[in-house]
Amino acid sequence: MSESLISDTVKDAVEIVKDHHHDVHDHDVHGGDDHSGDHGGHHTSLGLSNTKLAMWLFLGSECLLFGGLISTYMLYRNRHSENLGPDQLWDIPFTSATSFVLLTSSLTMVLAVSAAKRKDLRNTKIYLGVTALLGGLFLAGQIYEFTVFYREGLGFTTSLFSSSFFTLTGFHGVHVSIGIIMLVAMIGMLSKEKVSGDEAEAVEMVGLYWHFVDIVWIIIFTLVYLIPA
Amino acid sequence: MAIIERPTEIPDTANRGVRPAPKASTNYGYLRRPVETTGWRSWAFTVDHKKIGIMYGAVAMFFFILGGLEAALIRLQLAGPDGTILSADKYNQMFTMHATTMVFLFVMPMAAAFANYFIPLQIGARDVAFPRLNALSLWVFVFGGVFLNTSWFLGGGADGGWFMYAPNSSVPFSPTNGVDFWGLGLQITGIASLVGAINLIVTVLNMRAPGMSMMKMPIFTWMAFVVQMLLLFAIPVITVALFLLMFQRSFGAQFFSVEAGADPLLWQHLFWIFGHPEVYILVLPSFGIISEVLPVFSKKPLFGYPFVVFSGAAIGFVGWGVWAHHMFASGLGPVSVAVFSVATMAIAVPTGVKIINWTLTLWGGKLTFTTAMLFAVGLIVQFTIGGLSGVTHAVAPSDTQQTDTYYIVAHFHYVIFGGAVLGLFSGFYYWWPKVFGKLLSESLGKWNFWLMIAGMNLTFGPMHIIGLQGQPRRMYRWTEFRAGEGFFNLGFWNLVATIGTFVLGVGILLFLVNIWITHRPNSKTPPAPADPWDARSLEWITSSPPKEYNFARTPQVSQLDEFFHRKYEDVGEGDKHEYVQKMTGEEVIQFEEDNADPNIHLPAPSYWPMVLAFALPVMAYGVIYNTLLIVAGAAIATMAMFGWALEPADAEASDFDPPVEGDEMSKELANV
Ligand code: HEM
Ligand SMILES: [Cu+2]
Repeated sequence: MSESLISDTVKDAVEIVKDHHHDVHDHDVHGGDDHSGDHGGHHTSLGLSNTKLAMWLFLGSECLLFGGLISTYMLYRNRHSENLGPDQLWDIPFTSATSFVLLTSSLTMVLAVSAAKRKDLRNTKIYLGVTALLGGLFLAGQIYEFTVFYREGLGFTTSLFSSSFFTLTGFHGVHVSIGIIMLVAMIGMLSKEKVSGDEAEAVEMVGLYWHFVDIVWIIIFTLVYLIPA
Repeated sequence: MAIIERPTEIPDTANRGVRPAPKASTNYGYLRRPVETTGWRSWAFTVDHKKIGIMYGAVAMFFFILGGLEAALIRLQLAGPDGTILSADKYNQMFTMHATTMVFLFVMPMAAAFANYFIPLQIGARDVAFPRLNALSLWVFVFGGVFLNTSWFLGGGADGGWFMYAPNSSVPFSPTNGVDFWGLGLQITGIASLVGAINLIVTVLNMRAPGMSMMKMPIFTWMAFVVQMLLLFAIPVITVALFLLMFQRSFGAQFFSVEAGADPLLWQHLFWIFGHPEVYILVLPSFGIISEVLPVFSKKPLFGYPFVVFSGAAIGFVGWGVWAHHMFASGLGPVSVAVFSVATMAIAVPTGVKIINWTLTLWGGKLTFTTAMLFAVGLIVQFTIGGLSGVTHAVAPSDTQQTDTYYIVAHFHYVIFGGAVLGLFSGFYYWWPKVFGKLLSESLGKWNFWLMIAGMNLTFGPMHIIGLQGQPRRMYRWTEFRAGEGFFNLGFWNLVATIGTFVLGVGILLFLVNIWITHRPNSKTPPAPADPWDARSLEWITSSPPKEYNFARTPQVSQLDEFFHRKYEDVGEGDKHEYVQKMTGEEVIQFEEDNADPNIHLPAPSYWPMVLAFALPVMAYGVIYNTLLIVAGAAIATMAMFGWALEPADAEASDFDPPVEGDEMSKELANV
């Protein structure tokens, strides 16, 4: 079911990487953070915009953040009381559904980016809005899931398993929330024409971040929910 | 981002110094853009990488003195048997805060100061890639450092040792808020490092002057670049560890409590995956500095530049695979111990390569022993001593004997003080005229150097003996009863170490005296010549101190050691090089200025970095004292981020102009 989506996302990722090549001279007025001297010709040594490079580096760093959190979870996932472990708690169909929602949001994000590239402002905003909405839906699902677990007795401090589970998924949830704020802010700034520099690139940056958060979720979903403890 | 997209008139040679006066600013977002070009505002809201570098340095120096005073108290306590100056509890706080201050608030930010100031100059850029983020790094570091140290007045500093092992770090063993301040403070300074790392990496990769390929980059920039890569991947790991610690201490989780079934080694692994690269984060910038200094004062190019680059990068890679050598005594199992032992010995190779390169640079050179050169040579010698004692504990069986004794304290101070601090001082003397336009006194500098060398050997040398005799580190007292006899009497060597500390202190004090003598109001020190050392790299192809816009025109680079090759011509035949001077440094600079570029972009100052940075300690106090403060801090942060995002990329012409020195107009503007 979600296979085609996954392959779509992968294709997009490839696209995004490829983009860098024809991107080089695309944006004369990108973020404006380049003042290497020549007036007009915004030259960067790598031909890759500063903002984009910075975002990639940041995401590289984030990989280790999640790597650490995931390792912690993997270390502690069996340390819980008899009746409050993954086997008793997980509701795989439900979490699959919310995961699917999040994956779909990656698709709408791609559509937003491509609309932005076409300078189709209306559709950009619409797709950004849908993306934010789907992200919100995912978050709502996560909050619902957390409350269910909590009612069944799984608090943050109940066991090593619960602490590391809530820490990991909580961190991811915070990342999604920040993404939603960025999406909404982006819509606002596009409407008010307050985006400094290249609008398409700004949208693309949000997109990069959003895809990353999505990919991290795929990993979390696989390791935490699908692989039996 | 914050940048002016508009031509600024650069005076042509005919009417130098005439420049359009700055005009009042217009309103943007919530607040007007700061326009002040003099006074404290011109520093507080600046995004100029040079001013930011200087401020980084000044604050780091302050923390160096603080950490030094803490060290002095430690040594006073141990000068004689049964010391009474510090209680056991205060002693624990003292060595923990000493190490934390020295590592995170002195060496790292001081290296950041050099990187900030010199990377753009060495690669021929006008500023870093993200000037406002640069200001953010600075202020986050400053506020984080201050936050960390307010713990002294709020119940006491952290006391678990600088690597804060569990269970010492948990509430029952450390009930004050010290460890909370420690964890949150490092979390904050970590953000500064991470933001700085991203910024500087992008700068190095993307903003090099035309012609400057990676392998033509000055070696300091290379080493600083490797350090930023290490930071980029090391900081998130300790961030995870610090979050887990915070959840443990403030929110009741049990990540490190053995009684709850936790694995205390989790902390150790996370800490040292960060901690070992951290060691290279501390020394590589200094390696870069002396790799600039040695060639200049040997009148030879750096021997084997590509080897120095690649060994630097190799250290950067292998450094990730050896962390567990800090855990030989923790019961990892024989296979792990063997693997990490061998890997650790392997890392001695690239380090050795560097030492060989430096030695061969000196070999057959025309050496001038300026203070900068002395510190550089001092680094090679002292660091090598530290390296040798280091190899003795890569051997796991011998390490298990030495671990947790003063032998370790001796070792790492030779490596860190010898390898990092001496290099930083070499950089101070070498680049002082570049940054401040005046030469520090060489005669005072020599005193400064020799006292520091004598002091450090007197302080840390005896610690080898003390350690092998079995005195544990982190012990607040020793007793005469068990001090031993004759040559190996602990009492004698402890006293020597303490006296050494004060010799070292006087040495460092002389540096401050030197600054004062050079810069005091009626100082007789003349302005430094533009090229006092006959230097080789790009940062010297401009006036000292450099203008706000760094270079009159973006330099065109064709060689490694560009400045040298512009001054000297190779008249040798075939493989033989023989250089004759064709231009002086002054002439090269003059030539650049005569061909100045009329179009220069400069980033505009901004309030938001400071406001955003301020939000972090507010939130951190909130974690410790009151959740409402977290909300307040988050609100400030959100406001700052929106203000930041809404600040237009293209400032109007009236917004900010490069300051005109002492210009009446700009002074008036300071009060607008
Ligand atoms: C200014 C000269 C310095 C002196 C006199 C000095 C002295 C000392 C002493 C006596 C100790 C041992 C405390 C004990 O175990 O009982 C110590 C610990 C330590 N020092 Fe220094 N130190 C100096 C500079 C530095 C610098 C520049 C750094 C690093 C950048 C540094 C890093 C450390 C570390 C990491 C520890 C271990 C603390 C612990 O056990 O948790 N020190 N220092
Ligand atoms: Cu190590």
